[in-house]
Amino acid sequence: MTWTELGIVALRVILTFGLLLVVTIINVWAERKIVADMQSRIGPSRAGPFGVLQTVADGLKLFFKESITPRKAELGLYTLAPFLAVIPAFLIFMMVPWGAPVTVGDEVVPLQGADLNIGLLFILAMSSMAVYAVVLAGWSSGSKYPLLGGVRATAQAISYEAAMGLAMVSVVVFTATQGDGGTLSLSEIVARQGGNWGDVAPIFSIVPRWNLVPQLVAFVIFLVAIVAETNRAPFDLVEAEQELVGGYHTEYSGMRFAMFFLAEYINIFSMSAIAATLFLGGWNGPTFDGALPGLVSAALPTVWFLLKTYVIVFIFFWLRATLPRLRYDQLMTLGWKGLIPAALAWIALSAVIFGFRQFGPPWS
Amino acid sequence: MVELALFALMGLGALAGAVTVVMARNPVYSAMGLLATLLSVAVLYVVQLAHLVAAVQVIVYAGAVLTLFLFVIMLIGVDQVVDTDERLRYQRPLVGGVAGLIILFAAALTMLGDFDWVPPATVMNPDATNGTVEAVAVPLFTDWVLAFEATALLLTVAAAGAIALAAYRRRRV
Repeated sequence: MTWTELGIVALRVILTFGLLLVVTIINVWAERKIVADMQSRIGPSRAGPFGVLQTVADGLKLFFKESITPRKAELGLYTLAPFLAVIPAFLIFMMVPWGAPVTVGDEVVPLQGADLNIGLLFILAMSSMAVYAVVLAGWSSGSKYPLLGGVRATAQAISYEAAMGLAMVSVVVFTATQGDGGTLSLSEIVARQGGNWGDVAPIFSIVPRWNLVPQLVAFVIFLVAIVAETNRAPFDLVEAEQELVGGYHTEYSGMRFAMFFLAEYINIFSMSAIAATLFLGGWNGPTFDGALPGLVSAALPTVWFLLKTYVIVFIFFWLRATLPRLRYDQLMTLGWKGLIPAALAWIALSAVIFGFRQFGPPWS
Repeated sequence: MVELALFALMGLGALAGAVTVVMARNPVYSAMGLLATLLSVAVLYVVQLAHLVAAVQVIVYAGAVLTLFLFVIMLIGVDQVVDTDERLRYQRPLVGGVAGLIILFAAALTMLGDFDWVPPATVMNPDATNGTVEAVAVPLFTDWVLAFEATALLLTVAAAGAIALAAYRRRRV
């Protein structure tokens, strides 16, 4: 590996990291503003135009606040837990291609942190690592509410991770019929969603070739699962204020609390980005055949990607402003008796249908 | 060079984790030591270009099995005083002696060198630099599909049996 290659890799990672941070700062503000609008309030309006700088102000405030450590806390794990929350959150987004590959000199540079052959498995691995932060934060605080919140969060995350993984499986099975062999790499899954459905019937040539069309059921399951996985309303039992104060981060304050908060918003964005990548075609979109100036058309795929991701992020905020919280038994019933059987049935059904289309009937 | 540095770093991490598992007073810290060992070994797999094995290691062992351990430790409660009275008389020196012998043997082998129990890999697939899912999946679902499905069935039966045993209540006579 030459120094140029190393530099390009470093630049990719830093760009991805920077994009994630900027987007997260905007998201925190956007959520407050959107929810305020839906509830006929004004929302943040003082810091900067439309209150955009509110997040920066809050971040600075949290940075300078005292970090209180409860006397009964297990100091080592209590300090470690916020880091365990943030690191997987960043690593998950490293797998997501956020733009079309760019040609620099004679090298093709994919715009994503790392294009792994095992991309989807890496995402699942990291999201199961994120559970540790919650468990350890809840346990090490040495207090009852955080412990209950931590146990709840773990049970919820494990249950809905299964549904999320199964929804991904049906996408992988479908993607395998769309090209030469199966793949788990996110850049390849995006590349196979270019074009339109014109080959099925001429009338479908206006419909983009997104996985959303044949995998609508999996998309719905995935969407519900990621909302539950990120502990957002209506599945935010983990931090149900009326029952648990703040859940697993009750005892945290200052910068340590800010890290949990940051991890939650990063997870919202990266899960939405993964949904956009798997089902909505990632950075694919109209290119206008070079009618636009060079720089604009180079940035266009990233614009499409962000647009699609923000549609899903908006759904997250919309749900929070609309739906009341589920009861705990309803949550578990929905997960184990609703989503997981539905996902399994859908995998079997879609595997049979697309296998039939690909290979013909088994008796032929 | 990078490979050697990574190996040294992750090997040390794995050893430190393993020592923590045994030495920690609090079982939760033991579980965290096990996590450190599992993750270090996963990185070693990546260095060996076995990306799939690394991912499976993290998902299955670090993600599922260890979370279960942690759950059990936390819910049972670790605050009770554990009886740490020594009831082993000669086991400790015995283990120490055997370990010393093994270390001496390994050191002698390394010093004297000339052995090839594990012949060095001669053929390396230059295309397999970015993961090996296909290399594992194709034999698994063609040559070994019967064994694979039989194992899956066995695991399902075992899980169902465990649930049945746990839910079974003897009726009062």
